[in-house]
Amino acid sequence: MNDLITNLEALSNAAGISGNEGDVRQVIRPLIENSVDDIQVDALGNLIAYKAGTGTSELRVLITAHMDEVGLMVVGHNSDGTLKVDTVGGIPARLLPGLTVYVGAERISGVIGLEAIHRANRTSKAPDVSKLAVDIGANGQSEAQEIAPLGAPVVFATQFKALEQSCLGKAFDDRAGCAILINILRGEPLPCDIYGAFTVQEEVGLRGARVAAYAVAPDVGITLEGTLADDLPKPPDDADVSPTTELGKGPAITVMDRSYTTPPRLLQHVIQTAEDEAIPFQIKQPGIGGTDAGGVHQARAGVPAITVAVPCRYIHSPVSMLRVDDLRYTAALVGAAIRRLTQDTLSIT
Amino acid sequence: LETYDLLKSLSETPGPAGYEDAIRQVTMALWQPLVDDLRADAMGNLIAIQRGTASDDDAPRPAVMGAAHMDEIGLIVTGIEREFLRIQSLGGMDRRVLLGLEVCVHGRQELPGIIGSRPPHVLARSERDIVLPWHEIFVDVGLSPHEVEEQVRIGDHVTISQPLHQLKHKQAAGKAMDNRASLAALTLALEALRHRSHAWDFYAVATVQEELGVKGAITSAYGVNPDLAIALDVTFAKQHNDSDPGVFDLGKGPTIGLGPNLHPWVVTRLKEVAGAEEIPTELEPLPGSSGTDAWGIQVAREGIPCGLISIPVRYMHQPVEVVALKDIERTSRLLTAFITSLELGDRPRWGDEVNNTGEKA
Repeated sequence: MNDLITNLEALSNAAGISGNEGDVRQVIRPLIENSVDDIQVDALGNLIAYKAGTGTSELRVLITAHMDEVGLMVVGHNSDGTLKVDTVGGIPARLLPGLTVYVGAERISGVIGLEAIHRANRTSKAPDVSKLAVDIGANGQSEAQEIAPLGAPVVFATQFKALEQSCLGKAFDDRAGCAILINILRGEPLPCDIYGAFTVQEEVGLRGARVAAYAVAPDVGITLEGTLADDLPKPPDDADVSPTTELGKGPAITVMDRSYTTPPRLLQHVIQTAEDEAIPFQIKQPGIGGTDAGGVHQARAGVPAITVAVPCRYIHSPVSMLRVDDLRYTAALVGAAIRRLTQDTLSIT
Repeated sequence: LETYDLLKSLSETPGPAGYEDAIRQVTMALWQPLVDDLRADAMGNLIAIQRGTASDDDAPRPAVMGAAHMDEIGLIVTGIEREFLRIQSLGGMDRRVLLGLEVCVHGRQELPGIIGSRPPHVLARSERDIVLPWHEIFVDVGLSPHEVEEQVRIGDHVTISQPLHQLKHKQAAGKAMDNRASLAALTLALEALRHRSHAWDFYAVATVQEELGVKGAITSAYGVNPDLAIALDVTFAKQHNDSDPGVFDLGKGPTIGLGPNLHPWVVTRLKEVAGAEEIPTELEPLPGSSGTDAWGIQVAREGIPCGLISIPVRYMHQPVEVVALKDIERTSRLLTAFITSLELGDRPRWGDEVNNTGEKA
């Protein structure tokens, strides 16, 4: 289980905005290639690994975890050598000022700064991303174009850090899910056939999962996520004071989010597994966010799907936080739930 | 000393205003082999001397002070709610840039933490571009409420954790370039002057609490009692979202301050020395307070003539301040040349002042 953290570190530090997930694929492939029976990379860039089961179950299980992360993309060059950028996936622009980023495959350092506070018209509103620029120190427009051409990916320069009970790093949404999927694929064969799909383009519309699920044509889909824990103290005027999920309370099971609804029998199966195995769990506040299960459940004639997630604070920001125990319990719950799956679990009654 | 490595060690060392122990120790270790004597005063200013060569039995050797503040802006814990820390500014921290930063909480031990931000999924569109007020900004150190209670107290200070990054064309980006860039220049000047004779005594002072109102400059100038002083600080560099008057090109040399805070004789000498040494500089008009140590030093004791050399920095008071390494080196060269230019009989004078031989100065 310790390799969960080691692998999470390598995954978190890798760069992979939506549509540019190659670095993450390169981290994943060597970690699983000796433990699975086949690896395919499809037309969108999904890495799909097949691990044969022991033969005691006929079921085909698709497990997804998305490789892509939210970030920025170079969309223009200013005459002073700075880069115009736009967001890839949902990042509030107010997070960006004051950050260090890496630009392009060669990880050129750049920074995003505002006018000095001493010289600013005091404003309570953060500037739009179109008003920001990445400063790499280039001398002018043509040098900037050469170093960081249009479309160059820009990721947060955050380095992973393991604390005693917690980890800090970027892109735990969804490198936490990737770490667990790697863990499952490296483990002993399960009763059923496993298709592990490391998907692309989740953050721009669950697009990789959709085609991966079509290709695999599974009996059931399980999506592993790093989901939002919104458990900071709330401002006094906030009407909704319930946290989305909370750190340290175990895996978060989704009943419904903006992209799909979990079939009741599958939901009950996962909850029953947690209770029988004495694994702590929590139910994610319904209706918030979208996950690859939303892409999977509509594939072909429909696939029963569920999302099980590691609660993470501060996702879609330069640095997120998770508890090591939550990561371990999520891996344990998903493993146990798959072992206990039967055709009966999935049938509509 | 290699400028980037020197700047990296100075920039990455914590030293918020009033809590300068760590940065003073790093500076002390750098200065020890370069100076004749070294002490810390009651406020925590680090004061080093390189003795001059002039000897005049009738008068003490004149002294010039070079001051660079070593404190940086920071944060302070003002409350604890569950496991989350409420914070406030220590010095002029810019809360527009805090969300998503890594920090170090200096509690019973040093605790890495982050400044949290609620994800966009739970924010209304109208909420996403609001610059949060202090009471909605929290530090999270990844511990349980019980452990936080054991490790952290109200009043503990918090610093930004930010490694120095090298940008193109020998520019560096990181925290506390204000004023570790000048501290680096002062250190390089000490190194250069170690091998060059100078008539005057040279006091190098790394001052404290500049960001809280130039407190260290006031007390160290009293203690050193120099005949003149040069403050080293940073100024605003031209950047993509600010090219209005009052900003200076990055990488085109330091500025020489001009105005009521700065003595014209010192300004003239700095300009002459820069010209002779072919060091590019710009003049920076400062109609009132320079906002630097020079403002405190000038009114110490019966008054001390001051000069000001400033290094252009982009994104001031943000954790990504950008500086050109050659501007640091030029500042060091300018200060070195200024100090070696001082002869035993030199004293700052006014243009309309008649000297003791009856000639106009």
